[in-house]
Amino acid sequence: MAYNLKQVMNKPDRLTGGHRMCAGCGAPVTVRTVLRALQPEHRAVCGAATGCLEVSTFLYPYTAWKDSFIHSAFENAGATVSGVEAAYSALKRKGKINDTYKFIAFGGDGGTYDIGLQSLSGAMERGHDMVYVCYDNEAYMNTGIQRSSGTPKYADTTTSPQGTVLPGKMQFKKDLTGVMIAHKLPYVAQSTLTANFKDLYEKSEKAIYTKGPAFLNVMAPCPRGWRYNTPDLMEICKLAVDTCMWPLYEVENGVWKLNYKPKKKLPVIEYLKPQGRFKHLFTNENKHLIDDIQEDIDRRWKDLLEKCGENF
Amino acid sequence: MSKKAKEMTPETPWKEITPGGAIYEAGNAEGYRTGDWRSMRPVWIEEKCTQCMLCPPTCPDTAIPVKESKRLDFDYDHCKGCGVCVKACPFDAIGFIKEQDKEEQEV
Amino acid sequence: MSIRERLSGNEAVAVAMRQINPDVVAAFPITPSTEIPQYFSQFVSNGQVQTEFVAVESEHSAMSACVGAQAAGSRTMTATSANGLALMWEVLYIAAAMKLPITMSCVNRALSGPLNIHNDHSDSMGARDSGWVQLYSETNQEAYDNLIQAIRIGEHKDVMLPVMVCQDGFITSHAVENIELLEDDKVKAFIGEYKPEHYLLNPEEQIAIGPLDLPAHCFEHKREQAQSMINAKKVIMEVAKEYEKLSGRKYDYFEEYKLKDAELAIVIINSTAGTAKTVVDSLREKGVKAGLLKIRVFRPFPEEEIAEALKHIKVLAIMDKAESFSAVGGPLGAEIKSALYGRAEGIKVVNFIYGLGGRDVKANDIDKVYSELLEILKTGKVKETYRYLGIRE
Repeated sequence: MAYNLKQVMNKPDRLTGGHRMCAGCGAPVTVRTVLRALQPEHRAVCGAATGCLEVSTFLYPYTAWKDSFIHSAFENAGATVSGVEAAYSALKRKGKINDTYKFIAFGGDGGTYDIGLQSLSGAMERGHDMVYVCYDNEAYMNTGIQRSSGTPKYADTTTSPQGTVLPGKMQFKKDLTGVMIAHKLPYVAQSTLTANFKDLYEKSEKAIYTKGPAFLNVMAPCPRGWRYNTPDLMEICKLAVDTCMWPLYEVENGVWKLNYKPKKKLPVIEYLKPQGRFKHLFTNENKHLIDDIQEDIDRRWKDLLEKCGENF
Repeated sequence: MSKKAKEMTPETPWKEITPGGAIYEAGNAEGYRTGDWRSMRPVWIEEKCTQCMLCPPTCPDTAIPVKESKRLDFDYDHCKGCGVCVKACPFDAIGFIKEQDKEEQEV
Repeated sequence: MSIRERLSGNEAVAVAMRQINPDVVAAFPITPSTEIPQYFSQFVSNGQVQTEFVAVESEHSAMSACVGAQAAGSRTMTATSANGLALMWEVLYIAAAMKLPITMSCVNRALSGPLNIHNDHSDSMGARDSGWVQLYSETNQEAYDNLIQAIRIGEHKDVMLPVMVCQDGFITSHAVENIELLEDDKVKAFIGEYKPEHYLLNPEEQIAIGPLDLPAHCFEHKREQAQSMINAKKVIMEVAKEYEKLSGRKYDYFEEYKLKDAELAIVIINSTAGTAKTVVDSLREKGVKAGLLKIRVFRPFPEEEIAEALKHIKVLAIMDKAESFSAVGGPLGAEIKSALYGRAEGIKVVNFIYGLGGRDVKANDIDKVYSELLEILKTGKVKETYRYLGIRE
């Protein structure tokens, strides 16, 4: 069925307002869209790793989740939700549950790319029928904007601050989506917040309703950590996609598909300019570093186009 | 009989608190008002709104209610004034004023 | 009509798990508990159980998956030792705080470093503040009986805490001894169904668990959790009485062996108690009034009952198969001494560290302990209170 934004917006919201996430945060926008892809009559159990999303949506005695929700620790969202899914299998087999439940784990890039990588990998490898959604805000935001392996090169964070000798984080962003694709899962996709949300919605639907493990990597900008003008959330995401910093693609049963090829590929400088975390790159000493970023992005983009069978 | 979340206050004695920190009412955060966080305020200009529905999904706080494929006025109990919807609207149908100026606007 | 068998401690535990037929088992192998998930996964493969076996990629994930599964509403079990227990350390605390009655076999092995796969109690002793109920087992029989009772103890509505049943690695876990098993249907009837009040997979009630809990509420949550451990004391005895009717075997907080009229006694945990009992017997033949107290329930700690049982003793040795590196003794030593304070202060007490890293403990060694106690009795002088048994000086 073709995506119809107006129809889809009638579906009940499964994340309420009243949570404590920052004004303009990309994470709850992500969660709302992912959960919207559930069929209203289906139930879900959501889990989250410790991080911005978890502490802000479940601060005792308030929960913003309309579905059952579990949090246990920082690095084990994958393992915890896999346990819930195992219980579901067991109880269903014994005839104790009739309802259809879906299982969705959420983790930030901290709890997914780094400390939670093992538990994510294990859960995906074991083939549990669940989805793991990473809301990638490119640093350990909850603890004060420390660098993660998801932080892009040269970004200023509190543990990779730009200074007189070092211009921010010295390593390139880890390709976690690539790592998850290598797990040969039924469905892996990279997405972000696009104007009509078709990309994220359809990918969420596929991820949730494909049998077996699925992984979604969603870029979810953080106005505090990235230091852009808060209302520009959607514009930042659009620039990420149009500069090919964050391509939109999916791999369904090993078949790579590019979902969006910008008509006009913008230079990365357009993406870096509005963000305070890259401000230090716009000096005479540092501007060559932007070329470094451009080169890396171009290489990854070319590589992706090849894998997706597209022309450069 | 499940213990109610609204009974869990900073005065609740330990014998009455929910064991394990569990809460038995889904989505009760709806009762918590984050509207007083605002320093900026979005204003819906109904005459200009084409009901394209591009703004409701952009809201981090579910503060643009939707009914029968149409958006309604802002839920100011929850709107934090981030302005993402303001920028997302292609028809300039959402104004953005200072929260302290809201009385003047209403006049 | 019980079933007579010859099983190792690991086999006995695996049989108990088969009879319990939990909904989910999430486990990772580590010597010497490895055999437990191995035997169990064979039961799964042969359809002898209807358990969902989750072969997790680490012990941290094992306990995390157990937390998820138990919270979801299923009866969950696992097994581990030493560094596996250490790796799941933070999740142990979380499981107890979330009031989830997970049951685990902890096959005691020395915590690294150095790396040592043999028996001592440093692993479970290290987890003594985690909020888990801890039961210790001298033999394969006790390990089997304790695990079955653990289900009822943990799932009791006044408790709702996770329970770990400990046994000595290799010494008990791998040694084949006689054992009496209950029939499958008797175990099934004894443990009943797991019926939690609140759980994730309840279509009637959506819940959220594992919150961020600020200072305004956290303290009360911890007090509630502490009460559950206090309540466990009574529940353990109730379950033991019921189990006695079923099996004919009696269980208490501890076992008193020739303690009633003893002058010299030792307090000890797990398999070495077996060795010590033979020493007590030969000393008794020589006319020495020796006795022994073997701890079964360590958490909750039955302070009053232990003090009552020991109050007539003249000289006591507390045997610790773990160090607490307090520079003054081991963990059991500290807890027993605090139990005696204000209740039985006349006793002369010595704390022995023994058997670390699986150092063999023979009857001669235990005999030496009693000789030293006899010396103290004769001279009235305690001298060193923190001693190492069988160390090469």
